[in-house]
Amino acid sequence: MWLINSSIGRKFVMSITGLALVLFLLFHGTMNFVAILSPESYNAICHLLGANWYALVATVGLAVLVILHFTFASVLTWQNYKARGKERYSVSESYDEVSFASRNMFVLGVIIIGFMVLHLYNFWFKMQFVEIVHKMGGDFGDISLATDGAYYIRLLFANPVYCVLYLIWLGAIWYHLNHGVWSSLQTLGLSNSVWFKRIKCIGKVVATIVVLLFVSVVVYFGAEAIMNGTTAYVW
Amino acid sequence: MEKSINIKVKVWRQAGPKVKGMFETYELNNISTDASFLEMIDILNEQLVKEHKEPVAFDHDCREGICGMCSLYINGHPHGPDQEVTTCQLHMRKFHDGQVITIEPWRSRAFPIIKDLMVDRNAYDKIIQAGGYVSVNTGGIPDANAIPIPKPKADEAMDAASCIGCGACAAACKNGSAMLFVAAKVSQLALLPQGQVERAARAKAMVAKMDELGFGNCTNTGACAAECPKSVSLIHIARLNREYLGAKFKD
Ligand code: HEM
Ligand code: SF4
Ligand code: FES
Repeated sequence: MWLINSSIGRKFVMSITGLALVLFLLFHGTMNFVAILSPESYNAICHLLGANWYALVATVGLAVLVILHFTFASVLTWQNYKARGKERYSVSESYDEVSFASRNMFVLGVIIIGFMVLHLYNFWFKMQFVEIVHKMGGDFGDISLATDGAYYIRLLFANPVYCVLYLIWLGAIWYHLNHGVWSSLQTLGLSNSVWFKRIKCIGKVVATIVVLLFVSVVVYFGAEAIMNGTTAYVW
Repeated sequence: MEKSINIKVKVWRQAGPKVKGMFETYELNNISTDASFLEMIDILNEQLVKEHKEPVAFDHDCREGICGMCSLYINGHPHGPDQEVTTCQLHMRKFHDGQVITIEPWRSRAFPIIKDLMVDRNAYDKIIQAGGYVSVNTGGIPDANAIPIPKPKADEAMDAASCIGCGACAAACKNGSAMLFVAAKVSQLALLPQGQVERAARAKAMVAKMDELGFGNCTNTGACAAECPKSVSLIHIARLNREYLGAKFKD
């Protein structure tokens, strides 16, 4: 199967899964931004995306994307490490042309996955998971908060430690996408002498928009808690 | 203005492919700044011969930047610190008095060391043999202007064709990827009418060969293009991706 056996095939899978994840983040970020404008509307969306079949299918789809992206990334990184040969250069200089992100995509990815587990515990586990268990007849006691996303957002970012953790996470995502977005377009072959610079620029803009959408939510609710004097260290 | 400098060179010495190598440091005095880098190594070798020591093995041929034989990873850069030149076009004026210059061979799994600074770059030849050509039936000499080619395409094909197959791209790449080289070769022929017949087969065969030989997966870091002595651009990698994906999806 050429998608697994050829280098460009593997890159194609990285690229498609990566881009799909970017689209998801754009949707997710926009949705979260609504929480700033109107917590009620945000909760309405949460309600819509509870444990319904379409939300569950999408969740499984996302999990598949992440697993594919991560598996291929691991294989790619390992193969590339071996391709370098056993003996390493004793002196090697970095260049301005080679971005920090492009050299550390895997490390950034591992950081992203790590925080993602935390994030799933913070929200998914308390919301969709609770609903799923409830629907299957399990007992979680009071489930009235399961679609109250705004409540959980407030609660989490009232804790300044979580604000900082999430900002670090978003920083890693920003770096990852700074290289990832343009790289995926290049992998798909969408570049030429005119578009080369534009695609790099588009990549940076998309990365920044995605990350700013999330950052605004963290900063808004973090600042709100500090100003109202309601900071609380709830884990 | 001619000037002389005294330098130290730290050279990778390795007696054969399977032997363990190590760095040796040599002092060189009164090296003219007008000397080329390879002339400096010639001087070093004369010195070594006089001392009854084994001279340093290194690759070179044309010494004018067109054959692609010279290599060397000099102070952390393939073909040295200068831009857009091969090692044979590099001059000692780029170095200063008292400097320690570290000289290493290309390091990539697909380029095994033969001796000292010499590596086996047959892998690139094998990739070319897999499809980097056009088959033509011999016959009368065709008229040069019989096949019109738009200027922008001809220019881009020429830019790709300027690749001399030196291997600096794979040597510079943290992934040990040969994509810039393969892209240059595929691109050059994909742009010209003569290359159309074997276009899809070429992209598939050359990429398959590249993978088989153990080169890495390109992650578009761009170190290759930054170090390429002929400034082959990353846009050719995009074209190679296009050619390859197009050919595979047609199957
Ligand atoms: C929110 C999650 C993520 C998004 C949106 C994302 C997005 C992307 C994109 C768009 C690419 C470019 C694909 C290409 O170059 O063809 C990419 C590449 C890559 N990603 Fe991710 N990624 C995510 C998570 C991860 C994770 C968890 C890892 C695992 C360690 C990872 C590791 C990599 C690696 C190694 C590359 C290859 C580098 C490259 O091609 O330049 N990513 N990612
Ligand atoms: S693409 Fe540049 S660096 Fe690579 S082999 Fe050709 S000339 Fe050398
Ligand atoms: S010796 Fe021919 S290119 Fe350097």
